Amino acid sequence: MLGALIIVFREVIEAGLIVGIVLAVTQGVHGSRLFIATGIAAGVVGACLVAAFAGVIAGALAGIGQEIFNASILLVAVVMLIWHNVWMASHGRELAAQVKQVGDAVRAGRRSIVALGVVCAVAVMREGSEIALFMYGLAASAGSTTADLLIGSALGLAAGVGVTVVTYLGLVTIPPRRLFAVTTVLISFLAAGLAAQAVLFLQQAGVASFLEGTAWDTSAILSDTSLFGRVLHTLIGYSDQPSVLQVVVYVATLAVIVALTKAFARPPARKALGAAPAE
Amino acid sequence: MTAARTASLLGAALVLALGFAPAAFADEPAKVSITLKDHKFSPAEPTAPAGKPIVIEVVNLDGTPAEFESKALRVEKVVAGGGKITVQVRPLKPGRYRFFDDYRESTTEGFLVTQ
Repeated sequence: MLGALIIVFREVIEAGLIVGIVLAVTQGVHGSRLFIATGIAAGVVGACLVAAFAGVIAGALAGIGQEIFNASILLVAVVMLIWHNVWMASHGRELAAQVKQVGDAVRAGRRSIVALGVVCAVAVMREGSEIALFMYGLAASAGSTTADLLIGSALGLAAGVGVTVVTYLGLVTIPPRRLFAVTTVLISFLAAGLAAQAVLFLQQAGVASFLEGTAWDTSAILSDTSLFGRVLHTLIGYSDQPSVLQVVVYVATLAVIVALTKAFARPPARKALGAAPAE
Repeated sequence: MTAARTASLLGAALVLALGFAPAAFADEPAKVSITLKDHKFSPAEPTAPAGKPIVIEVVNLDGTPAEFESKALRVEKVVAGGGKITVQVRPLKPGRYRFFDDYRESTTEGFLVTQ
């Protein structure tokens, strides 16, 4: 039972953290809960489909279907996160103030929330499909311990939901003005980490066979399969044996996010300046 | 518009990455075949030449799915019950590289030995 609990919990951590962050980011935005719930539900359905067709997906595209699929949905999540950050940089202040321009901000904000809903769906689908396969394996190898294992899996899932709750509650204690800055940084690192994960799949598929050397090996210090390592893996993309290309893409993604966010950031004091008398 | 631009940028990056694909075939890869039966890898310690790219084929003879994973080899791939997968591995230094079934990590493991 404990084994099943640990396996399922390990898979749920990433999705749990991401959903918790998204909940905190969209806290107070009208209608956001519905989009997130829809995203999670879509992710669960997607996970079951991915699990059911695992063999078909693996065999597609001359045997690299699974990698291309994983890399693609990771890149979708990266694009959505970047877009959200850029959007927040240009509109976030109004949204945070959110007193008068509710009409405009929320209508525009909804598009950004859809993006985050997609991120939740992708996170749940990726991790969920592995859980679905694991559970299927349990169900298929029927034995006296099956019920026990199912209970363990359910507890693992519950613990994952616990991660979401703790992440959310932890983040919303941050004052709203700071929260914006904190989540912008969190999302930037999250996106960079997911981009680096996508690289792993492309290299494993043999479609990015360059810069494959191991950049560093810190598995003896902090394994990315340990609990803390897993959390860091999700939050900042920590990997104990990344390839050089993964590191390059990680840094490049961060640079792109910072550059785009800066480029689209609206100077907040412009109105006040415009009202001041010319020299 | 921003999203479209970002998307097209990433699309371009992907095309670029795919464009490098032929590099994988520059050096003929060594092939390693592993089967999984009764949740045991066979051979449990396959060998491969060091310094050459490697293609690992995993055939799952069990009815249940497995996830072929290795931190050191940097692979992680689901193998459906009765299914077969291949993964590409970079040229390796001589050594022992652990791999395992992520669903049964403590009991189902093996080592790729390169020399």
